[in-house]
Amino acid sequence: MSERSRIVGSALGNLRILCLLLLIICPVSAAFAHPAEPLSPTNIFAPASTPADSIFGLSLFVLAVTAAVFVTVFTLLVYAVVKYRRKAGDDGHEPPQVYGSNQVELAWTVIPVLIVGALFLATARVIADIQAAAPPPNSIEVVAVGHQYWWEFRYPGLKVVTANELHVPASDPAHPTPTFIKLLSADTDHSFWVPRLAGKTDLIPNHPNSMWIDPHETGLYLGQCAQYCGTQHAKMLLRVYVQTREEFDRWIQAQQQPAHVSPPQQAKTGLAGDPADTVAQGRRVFEKTACINCHAVAGSANADGRFGPDLTHLMSRDTIAAGAAPNTPENLRLWIKDPSAIKPGSLMPAMGLNDQDLNALTAYLETLR
Amino acid sequence: MSSDSIAWPAAQPLSRPLTDRVHEWVTTVDHKRLGIMYIVYALCLLVIGGIEATIMRIQLIRPHNDFVSPQVFNRMFTMHGTTMIFFVAMPLVFGFANYLIPLMIGARDMAFPRLNAFSFWLMAFGGLLLYFSLLGANGLYGAGNAPDVGWWAYAPLTALPFSPGHSTDYWTLSLLVSGFGSMGTAINIIATVICMRCPGMTLAKMPLFAWLNLVMGVLVLEVISPLTAAQLMLLIDRYLGGHFFDTQAGGSAVIWMHFFWVFGHPEVYVLVIPAFACVSEIVPVFSRKAIFGYPIMVAATVCIGFISMSVWAHHMFTVGMSPQGNGFFVLSTMAIAVPTGIKIFNWLATMWGGKIEFKTPMLFCIAFLFQFLIAGLTGVIQASAPVDWQLAYSYFVVAHFHYVIVGGILFALFGAFHYWYPKITGRMLSETLGQLHFWLFFIGFHLTFDFMHIPGLLGMPRRIYTYEPGRGWEIWNLLVTIGVFFQAAGVLVFVGNLVWSYFGGKYAGRDPWDAWTLEWSTSSPPPAYNFAAIPTVRSRRPLWDLKHPDDPDWKYE
Amino acid sequence: MNVIPLTLPQPGFKWELPSRGRVGMLSLIAAESAIFTIFVVAYLFYIGKSLTGPMPKEVLRVPVLYTICLLSSSLTIHLATRALRQGSNKVFATSWFVTLALGATFLFGTAREWHHLIYDEGLTISTNLFGTTYYSLVGLHAFHVTVGLLGLFIVLAFTLLGKLRQEHAERVDVLSLYWHFVDAVWVVVFTVVYVIGR
Repeated sequence: MSERSRIVGSALGNLRILCLLLLIICPVSAAFAHPAEPLSPTNIFAPASTPADSIFGLSLFVLAVTAAVFVTVFTLLVYAVVKYRRKAGDDGHEPPQVYGSNQVELAWTVIPVLIVGALFLATARVIADIQAAAPPPNSIEVVAVGHQYWWEFRYPGLKVVTANELHVPASDPAHPTPTFIKLLSADTDHSFWVPRLAGKTDLIPNHPNSMWIDPHETGLYLGQCAQYCGTQHAKMLLRVYVQTREEFDRWIQAQQQPAHVSPPQQAKTGLAGDPADTVAQGRRVFEKTACINCHAVAGSANADGRFGPDLTHLMSRDTIAAGAAPNTPENLRLWIKDPSAIKPGSLMPAMGLNDQDLNALTAYLETLR
Repeated sequence: MSSDSIAWPAAQPLSRPLTDRVHEWVTTVDHKRLGIMYIVYALCLLVIGGIEATIMRIQLIRPHNDFVSPQVFNRMFTMHGTTMIFFVAMPLVFGFANYLIPLMIGARDMAFPRLNAFSFWLMAFGGLLLYFSLLGANGLYGAGNAPDVGWWAYAPLTALPFSPGHSTDYWTLSLLVSGFGSMGTAINIIATVICMRCPGMTLAKMPLFAWLNLVMGVLVLEVISPLTAAQLMLLIDRYLGGHFFDTQAGGSAVIWMHFFWVFGHPEVYVLVIPAFACVSEIVPVFSRKAIFGYPIMVAATVCIGFISMSVWAHHMFTVGMSPQGNGFFVLSTMAIAVPTGIKIFNWLATMWGGKIEFKTPMLFCIAFLFQFLIAGLTGVIQASAPVDWQLAYSYFVVAHFHYVIVGGILFALFGAFHYWYPKITGRMLSETLGQLHFWLFFIGFHLTFDFMHIPGLLGMPRRIYTYEPGRGWEIWNLLVTIGVFFQAAGVLVFVGNLVWSYFGGKYAGRDPWDAWTLEWSTSSPPPAYNFAAIPTVRSRRPLWDLKHPDDPDWKYE
Repeated sequence: MNVIPLTLPQPGFKWELPSRGRVGMLSLIAAESAIFTIFVVAYLFYIGKSLTGPMPKEVLRVPVLYTICLLSSSLTIHLATRALRQGSNKVFATSWFVTLALGATFLFGTAREWHHLIYDEGLTISTNLFGTTYYSLVGLHAFHVTVGLLGLFIVLAFTLLGKLRQEHAERVDVLSLYWHFVDAVWVVVFTVVYVIGR
């Protein structure tokens, strides 16, 4: 390659670098620049609760500092590469050999140390804010237990047990009602991550952790397990429903009731025959086969298994299998028939039921509102 | 003179039987041949690890894809990580160290040639053992086959109830075996650098390459051992009924994390410090200036080595340590950015006022500087624990460490390949193919790893075989996957270049780059005994002194 | 084929570097110290955390005699290597043999203690956290003692065959470094297991 084409090549090379950078920066900043149109329901830059907010503020500071460092050093690099390239017609003598410079080296030691100091102090403040918070008297207390591959949520003070979908009241900044979550695990390590509400905290067996959230706005917040816990780690999804205080109280009330078999829904399962019979048959299947070894239904004396999710109010949830599928009769039936069709590797075994039992069981479960 | 009539074996006609030649290589204790074997082994496994990555990226190109099952995907990320760290990056680093250190310090071989060979074969066997797991049958619960517990193998996922069968044991045993090999190599590097320098080469006159590999050797000794210990404990748990990580018996899952990361974090410095070593040799030669601030470069590296052993729990910020614990690791992690930054500034200052030649080795080193700067800064971002509470275990971390390992280490090593290939083989690599390799790989690297930061910021965790639509992750995953194919193309061009140039490349001669360290004073390739007479040196750049007798370095050092 | 003689050494130019064997052995010792550190940390961390089973205070008997044996062997090996360097092969052979005997006695003592713990007290590696950490740590040390004894035995064999001479003193000294390391580790293990942990 000729001397000139090499220089042009390298100048072009630098230009290419700049273009690439612009290519990256433009869509990214455009993407983040529209708060009205959510880019993503799990965007860490769209906080909706104080811990996430504190982190967001800190991250802006940290990003600003690191961006400034980057721009400075990158500019110097580009300048050096352009200015000190070997020019055409060079005489071939070696340039002056410089072995070091105490002043310069001192400067570029001291300045980074100061930057590190500033970053550390800002960080330490936020760590203290988030970790040292003590639960105020009207906080909601939740115990979250991680399982392979679903979430158990208990409200010990309110005597509610549910799975996968967490309901909390919105917290008014003037009279905060945060939710404090104690994090335990029944098997391997998991991690509770709902980015818009807080940073993640791990659920580790024999190592209780705790975190808190105080969402300001009602709505549905999404997340998922963030610590590899086995085959179906990817489908251990989280749904946090932030509700008004009234809605939340009503939900709690409903969850506190034992299961009652409501009047059977017509033609839901497309079965001929008396629906009430089908439901009763389904309940028999549920209580006489292996289901009760893993699942509990409050109000049903035999069904008190703890290995799988509590099914007392199964129909009050929007999804099944920890968010892997929407909660429809077809999906429910498919899940019971063959869990690996929805979530291969999940720990629920295929129950090997015949079609009739399967339909009956689904009909029964459909009544657990 | 009898020395003139000694025939170098490579000059003999190729009519020697293949079995003889293979036997020579298999039984060699020559550091140069072992170095080449390390490097070739690593390149083969680089291709395999790359295929594993490609499989994962194809699976993730769109949500709810079914290119592979979750079980296969989980094995892919475990094998990809384990392969790339232990059987690609470490052998590459050891290979270059083995080949170059004796040449650079004017010695005839490493301190313990037979230990050297033994260490290589241990490492090679470890890799084979890891891949032998693929042949394992599916046992109970389909639990044979390759390990699928992630390359950190967190407890209690690795306990027998959660990982029945033998797949986890392949992970443990293969790394135990290759770990002993690594320890042997480290002992060799340390003993060689300390005990076998040629006359006049005090520690202060050693090439930076030798210094930095010495620091790497010391780090290896101190950190492979915790991994070995943890793996022994895991084996005791799995086979002797031990309770080290058995949470049901009061054991702690967190202690595995501590032991693993006490190894795992310094390990990345084991990988990156030799990359620094390569850059520290290449940048001066192609800027035509001595390295700026040699003493501080050494001091900064030693500092990095020390501090690196105190930062490990920044991988555990989400585990629930106390605010004081978190605070300590924030400080130590940010502190390590200072000596690292100093090194970047020193390389920049070396280029400053020089006459930069944009040959392929230098292109890779400039890209290294640019990319390592970014990687270091995303590291500082994550060093802030609360920010890390959002970013940990997400694709932001994956993007960060690939930026270091691929954008930093691999780029530096590509530069090293281009720089030292003439010395190793006697032929120049094709500059055209080299530039093509560089640009293809550069574009692919940035497509993949720049955009990979974004899903992390948008809440995408790592190690998931599929993801939900509607979270804003789709477009970024698509771009990331496209970049993989550019990188693959680049690597193919590189391998083609290596092979083609071996047979048809321009003859390099002794010193094609007009460089200054001792390896360029002997022939290309060097004879088995390296130097006819052990040289005596007076400065850090002995060949500069020879080429510039009116202005030698030792007047200024 | 061509080496440029770079500079000619000045007359009287002294160039002495440390011996490879010594540096290699010290590096190995550094690595082994790291392994032991991790097992010691695990032991300390799990003190008092066993949920069931025999506790250290109930079952551990302080092995004073065997400890004295092992630590004295450091002295005898030092005497041996000094003797070899001075050329007194007989003194060397005797001290070396005594070292081996003391080391073997220590190992025997460990075996005896384990026999007692397993069969009389019912403490195995799988009993509880104490059992796991105790057998691992003491066992790791005993393994290193065994390897050391093997090395000592090989040297003894060469001595008895009459092949060991004064010029081998340096190498034997390097081996004795390993033995001193094994003794030093025992000091730490002893303190952690029988003093702190009880």
